[in-house]
Amino acid sequence: MFNKIIDALFFFNRTPQDHYSALKRNIIIIMLLITTLPLATMIIINYFQYKSHLRNQIIAPLFAMADKTRHSFDLFLDQRLAIIRFISTTYNFEDLSNEQNIKKVLISIKKEWSGFVDIGLINGQGDLVSYAGPYSLLGKNYSEQLSFQETQIKGHYISNVFLGFRKYPHIVMAVQHLTDDGQTWILRATIDTDFFDSLISSMGLPRQTDAFLINRDGILQTNSLYYGNTLEKCPLELPRVNFKSNSIEGIDDKNQAIFLVASPFSIASYILVIVWPQSVALQSWYALKTEMIIIFFISLAIIIFAVLKMTHVLITRIKTSDEHRENVLTELQHAQKLSSIGRLSAGVAHEINNPLAIINEKAGLMSDLIELSKDFNEKTKFIELTDAILNSVKRCKKITHRLLGFSKRIDIKIEPININHIIHEVLDFLEKDILYRKIEINLLLSESLASIHSDQGLIQQILVNLLTNAFAAVEEYGRVEIETHNLTDGRIILKISDNGCGIPKDVIKNIFDPFFTTKKEKGTGLGLSITYGIIKKLGGEISVSSKPGEGSVFSIELPDKPTELEVNNE
Amino acid sequence: MNNQHINILLIDDEIEFISTLAERLEIRGYTSKIAEDGESGIRMLANESFDIAILDLMMPGLNGLDTLRQIKTIDDTLPVILLTGHGSTKDGMEGMRLGAFDFLMKPLDINELLQKIKLALSESQKGGHE
Repeated sequence: MFNKIIDALFFFNRTPQDHYSALKRNIIIIMLLITTLPLATMIIINYFQYKSHLRNQIIAPLFAMADKTRHSFDLFLDQRLAIIRFISTTYNFEDLSNEQNIKKVLISIKKEWSGFVDIGLINGQGDLVSYAGPYSLLGKNYSEQLSFQETQIKGHYISNVFLGFRKYPHIVMAVQHLTDDGQTWILRATIDTDFFDSLISSMGLPRQTDAFLINRDGILQTNSLYYGNTLEKCPLELPRVNFKSNSIEGIDDKNQAIFLVASPFSIASYILVIVWPQSVALQSWYALKTEMIIIFFISLAIIIFAVLKMTHVLITRIKTSDEHRENVLTELQHAQKLSSIGRLSAGVAHEINNPLAIINEKAGLMSDLIELSKDFNEKTKFIELTDAILNSVKRCKKITHRLLGFSKRIDIKIEPININHIIHEVLDFLEKDILYRKIEINLLLSESLASIHSDQGLIQQILVNLLTNAFAAVEEYGRVEIETHNLTDGRIILKISDNGCGIPKDVIKNIFDPFFTTKKEKGTGLGLSITYGIIKKLGGEISVSSKPGEGSVFSIELPDKPTELEVNNE
Repeated sequence: MNNQHINILLIDDEIEFISTLAERLEIRGYTSKIAEDGESGIRMLANESFDIAILDLMMPGLNGLDTLRQIKTIDDTLPVILLTGHGSTKDGMEGMRLGAFDFLMKPLDINELLQKIKLALSESQKGGHE
């Protein structure tokens, strides 16, 4: 299944150009997917992990702060309740009914404890019996009020905040007292809420953070920085709280994302609320997020660049190697074609040679007989005719021998050969070309040239290739020089020089490279790489020196015997 | 030198060729005998004395080089001129190594052949005297 997908992606029958661009496209897509998917996955996972981690880190201190502050509030209220309770147990109903006494009590607790505004005594029927404080409440009946009823049931009561005298926010605390004879009375005190504000401001809240108290109906019990003043309705939605602190993330009335922690009082029906705008709380997170995004996009850019570059290099390499393979194939086909032609012509030449030998002898005999016979009519004519036949046979002989000499052999046959002799043969073969192009051939062949062991056919091929190149390099009336002489150790050297166009420097260093072609040379002969290969096979060396515009010299050194091939042949 | 006394053995499977060549040699005064293959050539050589042998290298049955080897075992001094239809000189060279006097390419140039025969005979005579 996977293989099928791969095949579908990479193997298709279209034009070569389509093939390469499709290959390129698919490699790019696959490499990008393979490299960016894990990166993106990692970034996404990291994103959410960091986010939840940071959120916890941000909310945890808020929780702690809320709990601590709420505890302070609880402690304060509890203390005040304890004071009232202490008074109720220290004094009896009669003591407190006396206005002088109750005023004394108020003065002494005001001296010791902050926040107390007034104090009042209520009997079991809800009537305010005595009162010390700035209001004139004496005689007021509380029996119908919720606070009275709640105090009767719970034993104590803490009210919501209300605006009292001088428009200051206050709360009311009440404690029930049971006498030994079963009578019940209530001591009631009003306390201002300055302490609330000072406690909140001592919390050490982070910047732009709001903290305030609300009651269970959502009415503000203290002033809030952003969400209204005391006794106004708080616009925020609160989480459900019963006994434990709780938090939510939400949006406030100004459409700002916020963290909200709510902590309920155990002693009163207040809730401490801390509100922290997310934009402030998450500043470090936003910085991290930005860094992550920047890193992601930089990595992405590097990956894309690398993938594109690598794919380009890869495709170029594939393309070049395909082209090289094609060139080599073409050369191979060409060589095989030449080899087939060689074998065919050798066969034909051999078959023709025998009848040619017979014609030669028959015509020779005719000529002999005519010469021996007495004069007869047209004798000279006959002699001319037989001579013409013999001459034609000679021409044919030359052709068949040339063809046979050039028969290509697939197996290398090492035999003693004379290079000078082969040079003459090859020049005979190229005679037409030389004449047609009016090339001057200078032969500087050593008469004492040692014969070497090599393959005649291959040496012929080398000579044909190099001479064809030399002829191509020179213009009409150009000069090609062939030189041979002995070296030490039975080696010989063969030099082919021309006065042609020469070879540029950048080409010369690659000239024997097995895969090197200059486009304009395409299709002219077997190429120098094959010549190089043959010379190497025969244990020889080839070198070239050239000056552009002045000509080139190819020097070939051949050993007495090609060492590598000796074993194969014997 | 009188050609009449010179007995030439021609060994070649191509009868049209060899018979005509024999006739041409006889016109020039030589005595020539024809053998159509290597075996009969060797047989003839065993029964009769020849001054020189002309041997084709390309023959069916016993080939030219093997025939040459056997000739040399019978008469080491007999000069042998080899004929070859091949462009390759390899067999010719091998023949030379085995003791042939020279080798010529088919189709023959009659004058070249006559010259080689004379040369071979004069050399063998020299050798004989020594």
